[in-house]
Amino acid sequence: MTATALGMPQVRHGVGNIFEHEPFPEYAKRELKNEQLRANLGFATHKIRTKRDAVTSELPDWQDLRTAGSMIKQQVMANLDTYLEEFERNFTAKGGHVHWARDAHEANEIALKLIQAEGVTEVNKIKSMATAETGLNEYLEEFGIHAIETDLAEEIVQLGDNDRPSHILVPAIHRNRTEIRDIFRRKIEGVNPNLSDDPAELAEASRFRLREKFLTNKVAISGVNFGIADTGTMTIVESEGNGRMCLTLPDTLITFMGVEKLLPTVQDLEVFTQLLPRSSTGERMNPYTSMWTGVTPGDGPQNLHVILMDNGRTAVLADQVGRQALNCIRCSACMNVCPVYERAGGHAYGSTYPGPIGAILSPQLGGIENEHNATLPFASSLCGACYDACPVKINIPDVLVHLRGKAVDAEKAQGEFAGGKKDPHYQMDAIMFGAKKLFSSGKLMGLATKGLPVSKLVTGKKHKISKLPGLVGGWTDYRDIPEPPSTSFRNQWKKERGAAPKRVGGSRVDVAALMEANKTKVAEAHAKAEAANPIIKEAQ
Amino acid sequence: MRVALFSTCIVDAMYPKVAAATVSVLERLGHEVVFPQGQTCCSQMHVNSGYFDDAYPVVKTHVKAFSEWDFDVAVAPSGSCVASLGHQQPMIAERAGDTATATAAADLAARTFELSQFLIDICGITDAAEQLGSYFPEKVTFHASCHGMRLLRLGTRQEDLVRTVGGLEYTQIEDQDQCCGFGGTFSFKNADTSGAMVADKVQHIEETGASVCTGGDVSCLMNIGGALSRKESPVQTVHFAEILASTKENPLKVSGPVSVTAGGK
Ligand code: SF4
Repeated sequence: MTATALGMPQVRHGVGNIFEHEPFPEYAKRELKNEQLRANLGFATHKIRTKRDAVTSELPDWQDLRTAGSMIKQQVMANLDTYLEEFERNFTAKGGHVHWARDAHEANEIALKLIQAEGVTEVNKIKSMATAETGLNEYLEEFGIHAIETDLAEEIVQLGDNDRPSHILVPAIHRNRTEIRDIFRRKIEGVNPNLSDDPAELAEASRFRLREKFLTNKVAISGVNFGIADTGTMTIVESEGNGRMCLTLPDTLITFMGVEKLLPTVQDLEVFTQLLPRSSTGERMNPYTSMWTGVTPGDGPQNLHVILMDNGRTAVLADQVGRQALNCIRCSACMNVCPVYERAGGHAYGSTYPGPIGAILSPQLGGIENEHNATLPFASSLCGACYDACPVKINIPDVLVHLRGKAVDAEKAQGEFAGGKKDPHYQMDAIMFGAKKLFSSGKLMGLATKGLPVSKLVTGKKHKISKLPGLVGGWTDYRDIPEPPSTSFRNQWKKERGAAPKRVGGSRVDVAALMEANKTKVAEAHAKAEAANPIIKEAQ
Repeated sequence: MRVALFSTCIVDAMYPKVAAATVSVLERLGHEVVFPQGQTCCSQMHVNSGYFDDAYPVVKTHVKAFSEWDFDVAVAPSGSCVASLGHQQPMIAERAGDTATATAAADLAARTFELSQFLIDICGITDAAEQLGSYFPEKVTFHASCHGMRLLRLGTRQEDLVRTVGGLEYTQIEDQDQCCGFGGTFSFKNADTSGAMVADKVQHIEETGASVCTGGDVSCLMNIGGALSRKESPVQTVHFAEILASTKENPLKVSGPVSVTAGGK
């Protein structure tokens, strides 16, 4: 049932950096040729996978924590209106100011006005996905306000001309040390011209630049990891401590917050402060967790603002299957385990949100019918590794399939295809139509598979097919197809066994009882396998 | 037991030897095997491609084909297709407003088992050499298909059965749990990413020095085998049912490019 059918208001999609700008397969094809990127990604994702596996498997209640995290978030989404009002009341009561933004553009405008009111032209920033989504830095730049990224990796991206983050946790994952050294030599004023690519030296160069900014800039901008409804408390978790500087030193703090970022109570942090660091950096605990509740006279920022931003989130909320995407705590575990992300890299997803979560979030936030967002849900082999890794149990593969259905419906609604019969959509429709006809009747399958010997003609002397035309040619770009057999199983069976009686009646075997009786057999089979053929892990 | 074979469309049309091998193993254990002729496909290709409307008649066909027969359990040599029955068919029928088919599909799914599940959990098989007479003197490695692993939670069932086959030398691949890049229509719609994935898989397989790579889904094996063939690699891909069916008297031959014969009738 659609939202309109329920008499609900029309969904309002977001704007900003939540779009894929060209078809994913084409973008990915280009990125796959970037050897440096693939090497960096392969190395980094494998390393972090190992770390994450170690710190999640050591907790006996990891699965329970995931369930708790998922349930708390579901509770928030089911009562979002109530929690938002509660949060607003408490944040305001403690001296803060709440601003509501329907979309990314409104959020940027509000921030601009607040900054202009302080009369500054430079602001410090804590790494934040929300401001990347709204494109805040570029927007402020148009009005002569320069935003300084203080997270080391974000800083690298910002100083590297026309660069964009490619990972939500490790934004500069696509850069190597030499590239970073060159960027710093070029862009940091007064830096040692012989700066080496030693990580400690690079960090020192960054520190040298940022120290001064921390001490002089009066306004800081942040995102937030969790907002607590019943106290109005804000929480940010980070690794470097730069965030802590931005949260404590300036007079004015402006926080961008997606409306889904709420947790009901402070106690819920118990669950999320365990889930988040273990899932994201593979650490038991992150080095810095900052929490602030309202204004404390004489201590920390005295002007406290939060911009509560929708930007398509209520559209996501309206979709009962898709809404679980809002449970995301941006840990990046899904991308670190994703085989597609590992090869194609984060830029191929276009939007601020890359990887599996991006593939389900961007089309929902920005609308599946807009730009090339419809190609994102197809950028997955549906292997399911993301679902297993996700600390809040977002069933990403199910949402991907759900959105594929929407993509096909949206595409069908468009009617004519721009590319005529050569259009991939047209070809896909034709394949699916043919397969539907074939699979709707066993008889037809039998007849069709009688024709298999004919297909031997196309396989030739090599007994394989090495080139197919059109869309399915993608298969033969990388793989052969074996020669089809001389007959299908069903035809062979019919010939050899004839037709058996369909019904014999009688009672059925009690399968559940058999399974109960054999419940030790899985472990037994494994023990026998270990004895028969032990697996020797050779040292790498 | 009376076992209805759900061959799956791809085995039926492209790998009849895998269905024959499955039948051979089941009959060796004394089960009566029937093949509901009306069956076609689990509908997964349509569902996973987003063609939900087109999937509905396919779901109906599957449910009807099996409801015309009386059997104790249905067995399929595929983790992916079995997972799709319970996971997707009821959703598709429900979406089409056909609650009766949705219920029937869920019931049928609950009685349909992947081959290794059936052998271990229902028949109590723990040693293929001893209890099935399986014999296959080759160096073998194994690809763990995603849907068997993550949707059916098969764990090491398939791999364990393979490791207990007589004469077999087992070697495990690096990154065993990584997807081979098949993903149905993903393999040609995102051909380059899929190609990069299968290239890594094939490299890990070749690193083991195995002569055979086995697994529980012919779709993945067709992907892996196709990439091996393109590289002119001597490594062959066979379904684990074929290895279980192979005996000393009637061994599975993997030499020669195509006409692999199913052993042990
Ligand atoms: S979807 Fe799950 S795994 Fe991915 S970033 Fe969000 S919380 Fe982490």
